Amino acid sequence: MIDRGAQFELTRNRPWWRGTTFDIVSFILGCVFLAWIVYRGAASMGYNWQWYRVPQYIYKVVDGEFIWGALMRGLMVTLEIALYSAVLMIVIGLVTTLLRLSRSFSGNLLATIYLEIIRNTPLLVQMFVFYFVIGPIFGIDRFWVAVLGLAFFEGAFAAEIIRAGILSVPKGQWEAANATGLGPVAIYRRVVLPQAIPLMLPPMTGLLVNLIKNSAIVSVIAVFDLTTEGRNIIADTYMSFEIWFTVALIYLSITIPLSLFVGMLERRVQQRS
Amino acid sequence: MAAAVNVDGCNKMIEFRSVNKWYGDFHVLKDIDLDIEAGQRVVICGPSGSGKSTLIRCINRLEEHQQGEILVEGEVLGDNPVANALIRRKVGMVFQQFNLFPHLTALDNCTLGPIKALGMSRAEAQERARAQLERVKIPEQADKFPQALSGGQQQRVAIARSLCMEPDVMLFDEPTSALDPEMIAEVLDTMIELADSGMTMICVTHEMGFAKTVADTIMFMDEGRIVEAAAPEKFFNSPDSARTRKFLDQILIH
Ligand SMILES: Nc1ncnc2c1ncn2[C@@H]1O[C@H](COP(=O)(O)OP(=O)(O)OP(=O)(O)O)[C@@H](O)[C@H]1O
Ligand SMILES: [Mg+2]
Repeated sequence: MIDRGAQFELTRNRPWWRGTTFDIVSFILGCVFLAWIVYRGAASMGYNWQWYRVPQYIYKVVDGEFIWGALMRGLMVTLEIALYSAVLMIVIGLVTTLLRLSRSFSGNLLATIYLEIIRNTPLLVQMFVFYFVIGPIFGIDRFWVAVLGLAFFEGAFAAEIIRAGILSVPKGQWEAANATGLGPVAIYRRVVLPQAIPLMLPPMTGLLVNLIKNSAIVSVIAVFDLTTEGRNIIADTYMSFEIWFTVALIYLSITIPLSLFVGMLERRVQQRS
Repeated sequence: MAAAVNVDGCNKMIEFRSVNKWYGDFHVLKDIDLDIEAGQRVVICGPSGSGKSTLIRCINRLEEHQQGEILVEGEVLGDNPVANALIRRKVGMVFQQFNLFPHLTALDNCTLGPIKALGMSRAEAQERARAQLERVKIPEQADKFPQALSGGQQQRVAIARSLCMEPDVMLFDEPTSALDPEMIAEVLDTMIELADSGMTMICVTHEMGFAKTVADTIMFMDEGRIVEAAAPEKFFNSPDSARTRKFLDQILIH
């Protein structure tokens, strides 16, 4: 009845070598291969492996009391930043999309300027602008500078996803909703978004993975996230191999389940067609 | 809203005063003048691309016209979105492609407008919705989602959805064109009953049998103009325009 074909173009008919499962398998094989090369290389460098010193940075038990180590505290900060940025990113994405879809000239212009600036400047530079310019002007502390910087960066991509989702709702749905005399809020909340959100979920979760990875950039403004903690530990102990591997593994332990979840969502969207 | 009785006493539902509309350079509606009174049942026919859909979509402002005035119950259509939403609550519309909300059950399709646009309570809206689904003879389908219904059932839900707003006038844009032949009758029957109940109706259709039974005026449109508007008797037997006659010959042959 309603042509929903176009909506699923993104996820349908993907060859097996671009599927999530293949991604993961090839990723693990690649990791094993890399590990082998690294161990060979490290051996020839005479690198002194000290894995036994790593667990204390994950957790310690002092006087029978359990204490999270520096890396875990860093992970908490990373997740906290990711959570706040994710919420803000969706708000920014939604507002930008509404401005772009509105008939207001200045609204369109504002949204376009925002999108073009974000897309065409490095994230690192954006983070510095927030840290050195916007932070001091508005008296924002570095944690919130990090959150804002990331949210504005990812918000541009969220806007794209939300826009694609909204535009995939057939025109007839808008017309029926309008013809019923619904106001714009009810049209979005009751008619358009319930149809668009299932389509937006997989790419949005993918964006969340991206956000978690990109949050490492906040170490340049000395926010004590996972990456910063890793750097600090290495500065003290010179265990660069062990710590960077551990840090990478911790990131993976968060992002891989999310990526698997994306795959699951995509399959569900496919089935609904 | 003010009561919609005209100064001259007669109950005008819809008026077009020299309405012109363009899509870019394309002049789609040309000097349309139209008076439709409460209780009138108008059928519009004409070749594809003659502007029939555009004309009725101007009535609830799904399309904007550029020149002239359109009045619905005495209110001039304009750019004010709030005023337009108010007018749309009094003008029901049924689409060729049904346009039911696929994520809502038949019942919820029917209650959405009353709850969100009329501020009715859920219980009250459901009562009204069940009554309207009864009226279109599919009360037992209330809890099904649109994709589980046949085309004819979907279109009847769409009619019930419009009726739940208790509109003063109903617009139909080729309501049976997307249906399999065996389902056309059930939708037409629903529309005939609606007409018998005194509803003001404007219906774009090529179902001439339906037009003969129901319409008090049949209009023929061609190239953006209303070429002929007459009672069915005259329209079918002695139309003034040669173009109307030619069109009738074409559609009545097959
Ligand atoms: N949004 C639009 N933009 C540009 N041109 C349009 C638009 N909508 C319709 N038209 C054109 O306007 C003309 C009239 O369209 P309309 O849909 O009103 O015709 P119709 O009489 O309903 O035809 P049909 O029987 O095919 O439904 C057509 O030539 C169509 O191509
Ligand atoms: Mg049409």
